[in-house]
Amino acid sequence: MAERLFTSVIWLSTALVVAMLLWILGDLAYQGMPHLSLNFLLSEPMSAGRSGGIGPILVSTLLIIAVTLLSALPLGLAAAIWLAEFTNRGSAVGNGVRLCLDVLAGIPSIVFGLFGNAFFSIFLGLGFSILSGGLTLACMILPVFIRTCEIGVSSVNDAWRKGAAALGMTRSAAVWHILLPAASPAIVAGLILGIGRATAETAALIFTSGYVDRMPGSLLDSGRALAVHIYDLSMNVTGGDPAAHASALVLLVLIMLLNLLAQGLSDRWLQRRLSV
Amino acid sequence: MSKRNSLFQWNLDRLVVPPLAVAALICVAILLLVLAFLVYEASPVLVDGGWRVFLSDTGWYPLEGLFGLIPMLWASLVLMLGAVIIAAPIGLACAIFIKFYAPASLNKVFRLILSLLAGMPSVVLGLWGLTELVPLIAKWQPPGASLFAAILVLALMVLPTVALTSASALSAVREDLLAGAAALGIGRKAQVLGLVLPAARYGIWSGILLAMARAIGETMVVLMVAGNVVQYPHGLFEPVRALTANIALEMAYATDNHRAGLFASGLMLTLIVLVLAWAASRIVGRNQHG
Repeated sequence: MAERLFTSVIWLSTALVVAMLLWILGDLAYQGMPHLSLNFLLSEPMSAGRSGGIGPILVSTLLIIAVTLLSALPLGLAAAIWLAEFTNRGSAVGNGVRLCLDVLAGIPSIVFGLFGNAFFSIFLGLGFSILSGGLTLACMILPVFIRTCEIGVSSVNDAWRKGAAALGMTRSAAVWHILLPAASPAIVAGLILGIGRATAETAALIFTSGYVDRMPGSLLDSGRALAVHIYDLSMNVTGGDPAAHASALVLLVLIMLLNLLAQGLSDRWLQRRLSV
Repeated sequence: MSKRNSLFQWNLDRLVVPPLAVAALICVAILLLVLAFLVYEASPVLVDGGWRVFLSDTGWYPLEGLFGLIPMLWASLVLMLGAVIIAAPIGLACAIFIKFYAPASLNKVFRLILSLLAGMPSVVLGLWGLTELVPLIAKWQPPGASLFAAILVLALMVLPTVALTSASALSAVREDLLAGAAALGIGRKAQVLGLVLPAARYGIWSGILLAMARAIGETMVVLMVAGNVVQYPHGLFEPVRALTANIALEMAYATDNHRAGLFASGLMLTLIVLVLAWAASRIVGRNQHG
């Protein structure tokens, strides 16, 4: 009897979680779909976003993500390789860097917003701009990206390193030709985590990339991210809910598309590297 | 090993390593910059014991120079605890489901669902809470946007954290313990409650602490669903304003001491989150040493 009760509790809890997710997704689809069209994706927002579309907002979002990735990817990868291959395991310097990254990972996103506003927007004079927003997000996603890459690189079988050394390859050559291709699934996983966090982020962008919903002319223009648009429509614009739901739907699809893209690019890269 | 290589190749390593080290140092510098700018911007209200006003002032009326943070700190703490009290048992049940009850076919699907929920943008959860949950609660206990609504949405947000970390803690329990228990004729329920949960308790607690850190650092959900009235949380259905939401609401027009006060509250929030994260990693460390 008690056994069956326990089993039911477990199954019910699971069913509850699944039901909640279906409720959220169903609600989004039900309320967002009617508002969604090709025109919605391409046109400018009108009357504070109630009508019109999200064209400029999509462009700003993609530009912010591009800035984030272009700055976080090389920096993060380089730091991860250094941590995994060029520090001794358990060395004080390596552990110090890892500790700093763990602390950075714990900082709440709104605090990154405060920092981005004070440092990028005001101190460096970038103002409310796509550049400020993208760089703020880069600081935010670096720790999780580095950690995943580092684990990926350092978990490559030691026999491969020894093989490379036996062939007279330098350690840098071994990293480039063997370890990175072998670790590319982990690098992609880190990339996907980073893209997901950057695309979903709202709080860190409100005071760095700003609210302006016009088409950005350059990276120094303010640009409203999709997540900020959803927030603004639902909180500050009465009658903005249909457009907010449609934008939320677009946001979810965008995150999925970017994930597929990251996956596809890395598969091609992996094939090219291993076949050379 | 590099010394055995030819001179040219040896030079290649020497050329490559310094930039890599610089990249790692930049990451350290970012952390120092974040902390330095928080402290620097908050310094106008922190110097000369000025921080005491956060504790002693009767309320948060920044335009009149009153900076009492305590009501919002309480609101943040109650939101965090409420969310975790709901999310922990359900998340743990999900972890037990994954490890012991799920048929192989459902296991993968359910893990996918959990990671989908974990990756759900918080602004989307907030939108759902605002347009679905809040009206529902308003019919029953107006005004709807309240401590209760925010606790429910936050719980949903941190549930995957508890479920996924607990699931990996359960997987780490030694199989021979379970086989022994099964051989003694101990039922599934008694195995889980009497054997697996105690053995995995450190991992589970660390997941719960991480969920707490996520909940108290979350901005969008509490900003959209909690109602944003600055007051001590008196009842479940009263609107409250969390520390994070306060920063998001007021940064746009804050100047001078008001701005410094917001940075100081950001600093306080960071410290709380770091203590929680530190405790989580300490607990996992204990587990590894027996």
